[in-house]
Amino acid sequence: MSQLLDSLVELIRRTSAEVPDDVHRSILSALEQEKKGSIAENALKIVDQNIALAKNKSQPLCQDTGSVLFFVDVPVGYDQITFAETARQAVTAATKKGYLRQNSVDSITGKNDGTNVGPGAPTFHFHQHRSSEVAVRLALKGGGCENVGAQYSLPDDALHANRDLDGCRKAILDAVLQAQGKGCGPGILGVCIGGDRATGYELSKTQFLRKIDDRNADPKLDALEQDVLKTANELGIGPMGFGGKTTLLGVKICTVNRVPASYFVSVSYMCWAFRRQGVTLDAEGKIEKWLY
Amino acid sequence: MIKLSFPFTEAQVRALKVGDEVLITGTVFTGRDAVHKYLHEGGTLPDGVSFKDGIIYHCGPVMMKQPDGSYVCTAAGPTTSIREEPYQWQVIRDFGLRGVIGKGGMGPKTQAACKEYGCVYLHGIGGAAQVLAECIKKVNNVYFLEKFGSPEAIWELAVVDFPAVVTIDAHGNSLHEEVWNKSKAALAERL
Repeated sequence: MSQLLDSLVELIRRTSAEVPDDVHRSILSALEQEKKGSIAENALKIVDQNIALAKNKSQPLCQDTGSVLFFVDVPVGYDQITFAETARQAVTAATKKGYLRQNSVDSITGKNDGTNVGPGAPTFHFHQHRSSEVAVRLALKGGGCENVGAQYSLPDDALHANRDLDGCRKAILDAVLQAQGKGCGPGILGVCIGGDRATGYELSKTQFLRKIDDRNADPKLDALEQDVLKTANELGIGPMGFGGKTTLLGVKICTVNRVPASYFVSVSYMCWAFRRQGVTLDAEGKIEKWLY
Repeated sequence: MIKLSFPFTEAQVRALKVGDEVLITGTVFTGRDAVHKYLHEGGTLPDGVSFKDGIIYHCGPVMMKQPDGSYVCTAAGPTTSIREEPYQWQVIRDFGLRGVIGKGGMGPKTQAACKEYGCVYLHGIGGAAQVLAECIKKVNNVYFLEKFGSPEAIWELAVVDFPAVVTIDAHGNSLHEEVWNKSKAALAERL
């Protein structure tokens, strides 16, 4: 139990203070591409300095340490209740240590009890599998980028978006346009085509668990991902919306079935401070390996 | 880089233009969603807080209380400013702000107030909480901590060489408006 607690506090610390290597490489490549001396380049230089400072000081990359989202793959028979209780303790402990901001408030009263634990906080997505492995992935998703997420119901007359891949492309690119720099770009999009309003958004976020440089196994979705990425980076929105060449670092798209009456395109936006890590745990709850 | 130092006078602010990169030194107060709504509804600032010729910072920092009761700021990047668009013009007008630090830009009401009353919008680097916390040399005071909670409280900060970009100036110009128009046109060509 205490071994699991220690492991989860360490997972939270590292997730909050370090961008994963795949994301960092992508930011460095964006920095190379921006025009020398432009405010876009200077913004990305500060971003890169920030990445180094946060790691060295074990302090949050961004003060908005976000919604705390656990994605947990467990074997059959694993005690999810004990895991969730321990994870809530870990969240409170990590908040006391300053790895997380006091970031969870009562929705009506606005009261903040400083623990980051309450109804719906943190959030757990458990998934049972046949393997004996326990894999815990964590994303900390800030409010600025969460607020620019968007869900489209096709057909969308104003966008001339029909119920086909071109319609999906129009909807996704509209989300990029509307977001401008408000989500702390350059950003990463997680998209789900299909599902209902709830599962669409939920699955759009699971796309953030993919590595930024991976490729979609479905050739049609892969082509759409590459097309949206290229097109978005031709719009000139740039880092922070200052103008520039890098508006997005990556686009990740999945599909699930829908009912005939619905056709949702759910777009989640992740900021450059892409806080996502993961570990596998041994039987005692000790960290075996890091996943990103 | 242009040095912008306290006191933030109208002349200093009117001299700035969109695209200028500045380094801010002096006292700034944080204030975000709860503070703006409260002031909009007729609330008054607590004793000790004055926005006159001052700068407000849209920020909910991470603050660590020390054994002696003081605070150290360990993370302090800007939060998204557009949420204050319904209120900001009024706070600029009624409380005499010369600068608003935030991220993501603001809309036409704030743009008009900046022009009319002599104020600028200073865009910080969103997410750069460590670089910006390093610029906060001292946490002088905190107000409304109990009332609004730590991220929403008014924190009085002494900052040195805090980097920002002028994206709305006091002459009616907005980089956000310009990028919006250009990006919208660029997208229309690609659909």
